[in-house]
Amino acid sequence: MSTQTSLKFRANAAKALQDDALRAAMRNAADTFGARRTSAISTLPDFEALREKASSVRMEVLNNLPRYVERFTANATKAGAVVHRAFDAAAAREIITGILKDRGVRTVAKGKSMVSEEIQLNEHLEQKGIEIVETDLGEYIIQLEHETPSHIIVPAIHKNRQQIGRLFADRLGVEYSEDPQVLTKIARKVLRDKFLQADAGMSGANFAIAESGSLVIFTNEGNGRMVTTMPPIHIAILSIEKMLPSLRNLPTFIRLLPRSATGQAITSYVSIITGSRKPGETTGAKELHIVLLDNGRSEILAGEFKEMLKCIRCGACMNVCPVYRAVGGHSYGWTYPGPMGIILTTLLTGLENSHPLVDASTLCGACNEVCPVKIPLVEFIIKQRAHRVTEGFSPARISFGMRLFKAVVKSPALFSLAERLASMFWPVMSAMSGKDVAGRLPKPSALSFRRRTT
Amino acid sequence: MRVQLFGTCLVDSLYPEVGEAALRIFKKFDVEAVFPKEQTCCGQPAYNAGYHKEARSAAEHFLSVFSGKDPIVTPSGSCAAMVKHGYPELFRDDPKLLKIAKSASGRVFELSQFLVHKLRAHKKKLSGTGKVTYHSSCHLTRMLGVREEPLLLLNALQGVEVVPLPDAARCCGFGGMFMAKLPEISIALATEKADAIISTGADTVIGGDCGCLMNIADGLKRRGSAVKVRHIAELIAEGL
Repeated sequence: MSTQTSLKFRANAAKALQDDALRAAMRNAADTFGARRTSAISTLPDFEALREKASSVRMEVLNNLPRYVERFTANATKAGAVVHRAFDAAAAREIITGILKDRGVRTVAKGKSMVSEEIQLNEHLEQKGIEIVETDLGEYIIQLEHETPSHIIVPAIHKNRQQIGRLFADRLGVEYSEDPQVLTKIARKVLRDKFLQADAGMSGANFAIAESGSLVIFTNEGNGRMVTTMPPIHIAILSIEKMLPSLRNLPTFIRLLPRSATGQAITSYVSIITGSRKPGETTGAKELHIVLLDNGRSEILAGEFKEMLKCIRCGACMNVCPVYRAVGGHSYGWTYPGPMGIILTTLLTGLENSHPLVDASTLCGACNEVCPVKIPLVEFIIKQRAHRVTEGFSPARISFGMRLFKAVVKSPALFSLAERLASMFWPVMSAMSGKDVAGRLPKPSALSFRRRTT
Repeated sequence: MRVQLFGTCLVDSLYPEVGEAALRIFKKFDVEAVFPKEQTCCGQPAYNAGYHKEARSAAEHFLSVFSGKDPIVTPSGSCAAMVKHGYPELFRDDPKLLKIAKSASGRVFELSQFLVHKLRAHKKKLSGTGKVTYHSSCHLTRMLGVREEPLLLLNALQGVEVVPLPDAARCCGFGGMFMAKLPEISIALATEKADAIISTGADTVIGGDCGCLMNIADGLKRRGSAVKVRHIAELIAEGL
């Protein structure tokens, strides 16, 4: 976690706000996804009923998570997969490095996985001398730039095509172009070779089906299907809460996830992978390893933020978040940005590494409105703010102010006096708090409403 | 009919004219509006900042002041939402206070909500002047579900032209203490809101929450705009 910068959220955000290209890209992307989502949702007969259903399926999974994980493990094993359990990031990295080293793997073609970002897998494998190539176009772009994703499903959302054109020209030695089609073709050509060379493929998974031991992956570029089927070895990494009871539950999420994420009625590809290649089959990895990562989930499951684990990682909450839209994902300083990121980062890395993030919301509630599994995001952020206070991470001057508030709020006389003092000392208070804070408030009225009415 | 008027801190010390406008409207509609003198703050700033012990103090005081059965009406969606949703949450483990909190929760109304649902004011003869646009404050819209009521009232004002605001429901960046804790972001959102308002060509922007209006006014000032910022109560009261 050495690279986490969540404690510097305000400075990160202030810097991002100065970056005109970033702001324009964010505005464009967030608004496009927002509008597409709205129109895709409008084609559903009863979005509310569907959300309710999705929420209850996810909740039922969480209520019985150990049982579903066990069932998934048994059924995936039966289908020919090797299932590994990793308690934390270090364990997951070790398991994956072990599999790759034992088989002499030198190059890995990788599909998109936020969990792999969470455990900083790429850096680790590179240190061990294994080349890892991101094959999702957005991920490939940020890998070339040595950046991290700034959105959970659109990792390069913060970049415009001119920047990508220059990046490709610099790193790949191709002629500059800002035509998305040309750029995509360039990436495709480079990546096609990587798929063919790779000794192993890696992927995440959107869902794991307990009843059949299957992995479900939603993609748009086809790279997900290639990394999971072309190389002889496929390693999938996912966190334990991704379980769904049965394939019968999947249609609900096929309806909800792409619509909520990119505003598509369905993604170009929905892959269901059940075990390794069987005798007589011509496609599929010969060897399938599934790494089930805990990394703090069991602890969340046992606490008051359990419902956060319902999250299906669609990104709708960030697309509608006014703060995310203004400052971009990198400002949050860790793997997950936006409203869900505030909550997850705090839960997974601890308040000591993240507490300013809980302020990164105006509590406007736009996120609650779009969450396809009805996570009470705003209520959770307020709860985390309460934890920050009780655990002593709230700034002392605010705690002092709140003690004063508590003292005067029960006494109308003191409250009125405080108002009068504020009005009287307004020029001093205004000067002390600076132009960005008090300088933005109008001067208090000489005669308050209560004194006018009584 | 009798109501208890909850003025709110911002109206009390920064925008007393909004409270006065509310009183004039009630008078016009033959509603006896009582302003309980002992009222202070609903506790929302403390609640939203995570200071729930402090918020409970404020809430207990509020509940003792606004007792009885009369509706509680306030010219703020945000403060109404605090009483409606925040209070039952604050006292969830205290059965006695929870009962009182639920009573208050059931009889608190934001002004435009009360005017439309209880007084059918949008069906009365109202008038005004100017070309206005309306900002949908977040808590009013999303937490109270008051979406159409302010527009019904504005459209009922003869002589007022209402023009739609692009992304009307996008947050203006006020967020209570958010504006003080993260001023850079707050200013960015306020100026973006100001740009949207200016693009409508309206001479006045109307809202139902003084906090948002304050932040929007700052955004407009930063853009050097002459668009006026007013609470819906002021516009309605003016034409009575």
